[in-house]
Amino acid sequence: MRLQFILGEIGGGLRRNLSMVVSVILVTFVSLTFVGAAGMLQLQINQMKGYWYDKVQVAIFLCGEGSTAAGCASGPVTAEQQDNVRTLLESPAVAQYVNDFQFESKDDAYKHFKEQFSNSPIVDSVTPDQLPASFRINMKDPEKYQIISETFSSQPGVETVIDQRQVLERLFSVMNAASLVAVIIAGVMTVCAILLIATTIRLSAFSRRRETGIMRLVGASKTVIQLPFILEGVIAAVIGAALASGTLWAVAHFFLGEYLSKQYPDTAFISPAQTLLLAPALVGLGVVLAGTSSLLTLRRYLRV
Amino acid sequence: MIRFENVTKVYDQKARPALDSVSLEIDRGEFAFLVGASGSGKSTFLRLVLKEDRATSGTVHVAGQNVANISSWRVPRLRRGIGVVFQDFRLLPQKNVFANVAFAMQVIGKSRSVIRDTVPEVLKTVGLEGKEKRMPHELSGGEQQRVAIARAVVNRPGILLADEPTGNLDPTTSMGIMGVLDKINQNGTTVVMATHDDDIVNEMRKRVVELKNGKVIRDEARALYTSMMPVVGRSRRLKDASGRDEAADSAGQSAGEQAAREQAGEGRL
Repeated sequence: MRLQFILGEIGGGLRRNLSMVVSVILVTFVSLTFVGAAGMLQLQINQMKGYWYDKVQVAIFLCGEGSTAAGCASGPVTAEQQDNVRTLLESPAVAQYVNDFQFESKDDAYKHFKEQFSNSPIVDSVTPDQLPASFRINMKDPEKYQIISETFSSQPGVETVIDQRQVLERLFSVMNAASLVAVIIAGVMTVCAILLIATTIRLSAFSRRRETGIMRLVGASKTVIQLPFILEGVIAAVIGAALASGTLWAVAHFFLGEYLSKQYPDTAFISPAQTLLLAPALVGLGVVLAGTSSLLTLRRYLRV
Repeated sequence: MIRFENVTKVYDQKARPALDSVSLEIDRGEFAFLVGASGSGKSTFLRLVLKEDRATSGTVHVAGQNVANISSWRVPRLRRGIGVVFQDFRLLPQKNVFANVAFAMQVIGKSRSVIRDTVPEVLKTVGLEGKEKRMPHELSGGEQQRVAIARAVVNRPGILLADEPTGNLDPTTSMGIMGVLDKINQNGTTVVMATHDDDIVNEMRKRVVELKNGKVIRDEARALYTSMMPVVGRSRRLKDASGRDEAADSAGQSAGEQAAREQAGEGRL
């Protein structure tokens, strides 16, 4: 009976300030979408780290035709220099840091280049000779890059040693910055949501002060009087959180899944299912926001 | 049932206290009028009984409990034992008569079958049979007050507090309301009624407690609105001559003030 009564009160309250409730839903929706977007970016960064760090290697580029680096003064790498590098890689001093390594010839490099830039006209103007041969080293511990770099960059016939991870780090730092921006926007929107929920609850309490006054006089408990107001805010916030979760799912499904993953087939994007992991967190956050802000408002504006 | 021991209530340190060392006992089943000019402390008395306010000093006992010792989460239980009726009825305009009375039972968690059985019974007691489906705006003032009384007593409180229940009603209707209150009193409920309505007090011949500037200046059983002793500034002869005395006029005026105050205070209640 009491539950039914409370549900009825909530329904009445939601209907009475529909426009305010809609604005609460929208504001929580937007703020939680930004929170979720930050979460998605972090998930994506982790995903890419996991995917790329296995594949990314330290590359020792050997001197080619047009190399201008200091180590290449004597012209393109000779077979002897190439063998020296290989021997050094296999020597115990270096081998302890190396999982395995591969030699990528100019032709291999050309093949990979063509694959990577298949939709770009640049492919037609590149010949195998322009691309350097390289050793691709898979490190046991990617952090030990410095050792390989020091050992090999002074070797004759070596143009340069590149830690491909550093290239990725730059990408990740861009993504991190983007998620930071999302968090800041989310923070501002969350403040907005809290204030709006507080105002809505206040209005709601004011428009129903007759009812609450009578409830108080006939001895209704604090819970029965306050719960409908709190639940009103919470329900609006949960709807906003659900919309935010849906939006994130749609972004993962349609934008990442259908569009970006076709554009960049060799990149691992997060799956829509992964974004749904964020949904409980968003709903929880919405409930906490709405619950606390309405509770604090009621403490001031609805004496029991 | 209600016992005040040296109760003082100060709202504003600079002003005189609203209640000044009031000692008073109202027994179970008694009917008492609380009379006095506006600002004499009648409403403060009622607020202290309901634990809407705390006494500045002294103790207030309601139904055997010192209200100062009732923790805030148990105040609702205290209030379930007290029904309250106001001058401005305070019905919910969008609910019909039945729903208005049922509301008082719903919010304390009474089951639907109990509500279905009890509400018509109480409406019968207050003389509103057959009007369950009416909306408040379709009722006369007297009928609205009957609904408010029904709502106040539907949970069978031991005490009924009435704050100028006839303040907005004409004399005939007022007598009808008094009949209802009397019937409720006969059923064993203690009734405390604050009023300015001298005709009613004189008609009922019940206990009268007169407050003035926060002090009890008179407490008589089976008494009249004004003391038998002549009081300066009030003349019974005027009433005899014109049929309507100046005391009643000033009472009407202050009733208006009271209503305005009541409305302003509604948000707090």
